[in-house]
Amino acid sequence: MLFYIFRRIIYMIPIALAVSLVCFMLIHLSPGDPIDAMVPADTPPDIVKQVRHDYGLDQPLPVQFAYWLGHVVQGDLGTSILRRRPVLPDLLTASGNTFVLAITGGLLGFLIGCIFGGIAGVFRGTWIDRILLGTAVAGVSIPHYWLGMVLVIIFSVGLHLLPAMGAGPGDTGTWAWDMDHIRFLILPALTLSVIPAGLITRTVRGLVSDIMGQDYITTLRGKGLRSWRIVQHVFLNAAPTVLAVMGLQLANLMGGSILVETVFAWPGTGAMLNDAIFQRDFPVLQATTLVLALFFVVLNLVVDLIQTAIDPRISRR
Amino acid sequence: MDNDVPLVRARDLHVSFVSPDATIAAVNGIDLDLAAGEVLCILGESGSGKSVTLRALMALNPRRKTVLSGELSVGGYDIMSMSESDLSSVRGKVVSMIFQEPMTAFDPVFTIGRQISEAIMRHEGVGQGEAEKRALDLLEMVQVPSAKRRLKAYPHELSGGLRQRAMIAMAISCRPKLLLADEPTTALDATVQIQILLLLRRLRDELGMGIVFVTHDLGVAGEIADRIAVMYAGRMVEQGSVADVMARPLHPYTQGLMGATVHSGNRGERLTTIPGAPPDLRYPITGCAFAPRCSHASEICREALPAFRHRADDRSVRCIKLEEAA
Repeated sequence: MLFYIFRRIIYMIPIALAVSLVCFMLIHLSPGDPIDAMVPADTPPDIVKQVRHDYGLDQPLPVQFAYWLGHVVQGDLGTSILRRRPVLPDLLTASGNTFVLAITGGLLGFLIGCIFGGIAGVFRGTWIDRILLGTAVAGVSIPHYWLGMVLVIIFSVGLHLLPAMGAGPGDTGTWAWDMDHIRFLILPALTLSVIPAGLITRTVRGLVSDIMGQDYITTLRGKGLRSWRIVQHVFLNAAPTVLAVMGLQLANLMGGSILVETVFAWPGTGAMLNDAIFQRDFPVLQATTLVLALFFVVLNLVVDLIQTAIDPRISRR
Repeated sequence: MDNDVPLVRARDLHVSFVSPDATIAAVNGIDLDLAAGEVLCILGESGSGKSVTLRALMALNPRRKTVLSGELSVGGYDIMSMSESDLSSVRGKVVSMIFQEPMTAFDPVFTIGRQISEAIMRHEGVGQGEAEKRALDLLEMVQVPSAKRRLKAYPHELSGGLRQRAMIAMAISCRPKLLLADEPTTALDATVQIQILLLLRRLRDELGMGIVFVTHDLGVAGEIADRIAVMYAGRMVEQGSVADVMARPLHPYTQGLMGATVHSGNRGERLTTIPGAPPDLRYPITGCAFAPRCSHASEICREALPAFRHRADDRSVRCIKLEEAA
């Protein structure tokens, strides 16, 4: 098992390299010149040329990539063109905030999905199943930015119960696990949980009703196990697949909460990406994309390892 | 246990499966008696209701879709009147089953040892350590080589024969009075098949269990059974001692079965087939269910269901032609 983990981590190196190359190239393939955004429109051409040279943008692309990668591996993710300061500290804060939101929304969705899906699977074909499945389909179908706005209108504007924007009092941008901050988390996390909740409901429902029909469940009944023991068997059989779906969902939430973060003005990577795109702040864009992509890769590895650990059918060699 | 009370006593047992599309009358009135230590073999082709009957003996058919009726007592328990949770204390303890497919009958994510000790812990009131020790003894008893290692193996790591032995070990783990075996040897090759049958016979002798055995293999039936019951379309058509039924089958269907299978009685002869197909159990059958495929059938066969007559030579048969001849 240890060797397996080690080997899987070694395999990550080429993946990470490829990911960083794609992140780097995306910026250069997309239209728009970052220098245009930095200098006034009437700047003399020789000054534009000077600025371009200062940022190393006149070098051939492979050289730029090697230079950029060399700095990245040393922890230098570049300097924001707009804010004129290193990207890394801001990115760490923002990633932390996004992680808090994603993990809360994800776990909430996971919990709802497991409960709904479990019940629907056991009672497949009954009215309970139809209601829960209908809810799940609605959850996947509703645009979450719209749901976010509706929640804000009800709970913030109408009932004055919860704050509508930001990640804490005073807008410091740093997160803490206390009641003052958690109040700000409730609405965006709830909004974010809806899609994973729906997906996991459907996954768990399918798995549970499939497993309940397997021969070995009859064997378990045949040896006289009590129902709650049988439910344990069902869940342990469903776990590897549910976990894989959940891992991918969590990765999606990390990178895909831009809209929700924008609706709730949550100071995370989504907001950061949004700003960077509109202002052509390419070092920020590259760094953020890279961090999110690497997070995706690491999360996939973690899910794979957990799956290998809990499912005896997967070879550990 | 009182020796006068049979281990199994079923009277007019009916099993039907209800779905929105159709109701399938799988078992239509079966009488069954089995004494302790006796081995009964139920013979019949696919869809004749033999597996369903077997499962009904421990009320194991899917509960939501199944309608059970009639009288059924197993080991002194009135199965029909018991709730699912009461049944769970009888299943595995008083009556247990060796399932047909050793491939799919084990939970793939639990070790063999866990799955056997689970049953022991449930019924014998012992802890994990003791249960695992007993599981090891059981695997040795059913002659699983290097049993200690197999205890920690997952089902997919064992061969079909070993899995079947492990299944038997699990079924006998709480020394049930009645062992049900649903074609336990069909998935195995011939040499393993014989080993398993010998093992079952030994267990019957050592533990004194009654065994009800379902198969469509006459050779298997002859090897292990005391009595044979032949089923067709959810009803018994013939019952008698193995020697009698194999040597001189009475019912045309049993004769057809004998003619279609290789066994010691017809070596050197050409095998015959039974024309036609079994009836569709979604629709009610009047008269003898076998009449459409029977070469001896006449008008009278199609008019009313022949009774299951007990004969002077301690055999029972359901055929009106035989009554006429007598």
